[in-house]
Amino acid sequence: MEATAGGGCGSGPPLLLSEGEQQCYSELFARCAGAAGGGPGSGPPEAARAAPGAATAAAGPVADLFRASQLPAETLHQITELCGAKRVGYFGPTQFYVALKLIAAAQSGLPVRIESIKCELPLPRFMMLKTDAEIRFGNPAELHGTKVQIPYLITEKSTFKRMDDEEKQQETQSPAMSPLASPPSSPPHYQRVPLSHGYSKLRSSTEQMHPAPYEARQSLVQPEGPSSGGPGPKPPRHQASLIRSFSVERELQDHSNYPDEPWRITEEQREYYVNQFRSLQPDPSSFISGSVAKNFFTKSKLSIPELSYIWELSDADCDGALTLPEFCAAFHLIVARKNGYPLPEGLPPTLQPEYLQAAFPKPKWECTLFDSYSESMPANQQPRDLNRMEKLSVKDMADFPAPTQDVTGDDKQALTSATDEALPKDISEDSATPKDPNSLKARPRSRSYSSTSIEEAMKRGEDPPTPPPRPQKTHSRASSLDLNKVFQPSVPASKSGLLPPPPALPPRPCPSQSEPASEAELHSQLNRATSQAAESSPTKKDIPYSQPPSKPIRRKFRPENQATESQEPSNTVGGPASVATVKPHPAVQKQSSKQKKAIQTAIRKNKEANAVLARLNSELQQQLKEVHQERIALENQLEQLRPVTVL
Amino acid sequence: MAVCVAVIAKENYPLYIRSVPTESELKFHYMVHTSLDVVDEKISAMGKALVDQRELYLGLLYPTEDYKVYGYVTNSKVKFVMVVDSSNTALRDNEIRSMFRKLHNSYTDVMCNPFYNPGDRIQSRAFDSMVTSMMVQVC
Repeated sequence: MEATAGGGCGSGPPLLLSEGEQQCYSELFARCAGAAGGGPGSGPPEAARAAPGAATAAAGPVADLFRASQLPAETLHQITELCGAKRVGYFGPTQFYVALKLIAAAQSGLPVRIESIKCELPLPRFMMLKTDAEIRFGNPAELHGTKVQIPYLITEKSTFKRMDDEEKQQETQSPAMSPLASPPSSPPHYQRVPLSHGYSKLRSSTEQMHPAPYEARQSLVQPEGPSSGGPGPKPPRHQASLIRSFSVERELQDHSNYPDEPWRITEEQREYYVNQFRSLQPDPSSFISGSVAKNFFTKSKLSIPELSYIWELSDADCDGALTLPEFCAAFHLIVARKNGYPLPEGLPPTLQPEYLQAAFPKPKWECTLFDSYSESMPANQQPRDLNRMEKLSVKDMADFPAPTQDVTGDDKQALTSATDEALPKDISEDSATPKDPNSLKARPRSRSYSSTSIEEAMKRGEDPPTPPPRPQKTHSRASSLDLNKVFQPSVPASKSGLLPPPPALPPRPCPSQSEPASEAELHSQLNRATSQAAESSPTKKDIPYSQPPSKPIRRKFRPENQATESQEPSNTVGGPASVATVKPHPAVQKQSSKQKKAIQTAIRKNKEANAVLARLNSELQQQLKEVHQERIALENQLEQLRPVTVL
Repeated sequence: MAVCVAVIAKENYPLYIRSVPTESELKFHYMVHTSLDVVDEKISAMGKALVDQRELYLGLLYPTEDYKVYGYVTNSKVKFVMVVDSSNTALRDNEIRSMFRKLHNSYTDVMCNPFYNPGDRIQSRAFDSMVTSMMVQVC
């Protein structure tokens, strides 16, 4: 329809419509006309006219359209006034076109005046437009709040919502997809929304969020008047989606070259797809093999024929593998399908691999991807290192390792068992104090390495179990801990915490000093041998000591309690031992301290070497994995290229 | 322009069969079925020694009064059978070969789809459209 014809038809101001506008407007007019069964229905019921506009149609398509433009009601009133509908009493083509033009003006920020339509304006934007399906389901009705069709809608949508919700809940991808802005981010041009799938694109453009549809559906139960002021009544959770959707809206309005907005991938979506791609295949420039992609896409719970079709669409070169743009296209199609969009007959231009590659240049992505990948790599390695060190020590010690201190402790344990002297006690004592605070630090440290990879999650899972046994170990070293607790006040005064017993001696009351000290020594020795082999004088104390771990306090008290008893033990070994050990005590301890230092340095060196080797190991393993994957991909390609000869 | 196109699996069950005049579908199915014997005969005649040299295109399997049946076998023993109208004399051997080549390419594309399990019926839209393009256009 030409502007002149439009101008000639009614009393509206002369309109100058561009071609696109003409097309758009005439389509809209036709829709409204079709929906209303001839002549667009009267304006919004809220229009000042008291006319029972509902008479024309249960859902005033024109009103819906205007509401879809997301302009405030006042503006819409103004527009209807200006366009002459109120005067004329109906929406003729002229009025309609003028109204559309005014809407466009209002959306562009121009005042709603007749003059504003004289200039070039972009096409009016409507959040939601009607397809036949929509009209069929009377979608606009819900927005108007007309109750007639709403129950039908609600039941339908609720069923869809529930089905989809259940689907989504079971989906592994659904939580991941929620941060996405869904494909139908607000279009500069209206699009077809098959509402029959219950995918409600609410006026507030909550449509754009995947969670939004479900929330939106829930909100449908209370039909809300959709308007640009809509967010108010909506649950707060819509706010975030609204904000995001608006931002996406603006983003999309920038590139409006292609009319097929549902098939346009936004930045967020693109990032998300790329992350998923990387989770399947670390190298963003290589392929995802068919089987890997199949498993991944099967998780989306779409039917196999649909997935098969999506694959057909997206695998442009039909090589049985997906490159990054192909993968993004496929993922996007799946997302669209899950949101109720019918699959296109052919790959939309915005999903073509060339377009995707051009729109999101690969090198940039590769840089960022590789950066993040490399970041994740060292993070990967570190927990692996820790785990490996742990594992090594596990194998060595058959004990539960934990971060480095544990390794140290293990080494010490081995050494102590070998030396079977007060050394272990010293070392353990030494390790006890640094261990306790360090263990606390180490645990969070290992967790800080966590990244998003699955391996790390697994390894993270391995980390937690290890720390608990550690205290037991220290406790099992018995008296060391106990002595530590006793000696701690004097530790600062001690040399380097290496020799708790000697420094501890002075502060302790003399009578109890020797005994606990000797007992400690004996205990440590005994613990080295066996936990219960202690038959020496401090048998009774052995028991509490060997009962270890959790009762240092008890030990502490025990020696004191049994200080007298210790003198009683009838074991001759204990007696002479205790006596004998008292004298050589300081000497032994000095020697042990030196040895301890040497051992500690050796331990540190070993630890460092361990760490280096562990890192090497993890790197090599990573390389091996990559090579494996490449091999698998190549084998797949080879299989597909070479027909199988079966004879 | 084919009247009927069929893709037969190695085990001699149809993966895809489509004929244009749908009312005489049964007749075409029967023809395709009988042509399988001829295909097997031709394959076995080649002998194992000639497997590599065996040409995929088998040529005219057998002519009937109204129709001619052409065959094509892939290396994985998947058979393509095409029935053309005898009255269509303009159809030359080269054209038949090119049609089979197109069929084979589309079939490999279908195979490339990881969601396609070999042995399933072919439900690919791309494949359908390709077959439609080579079928006789019935108004």
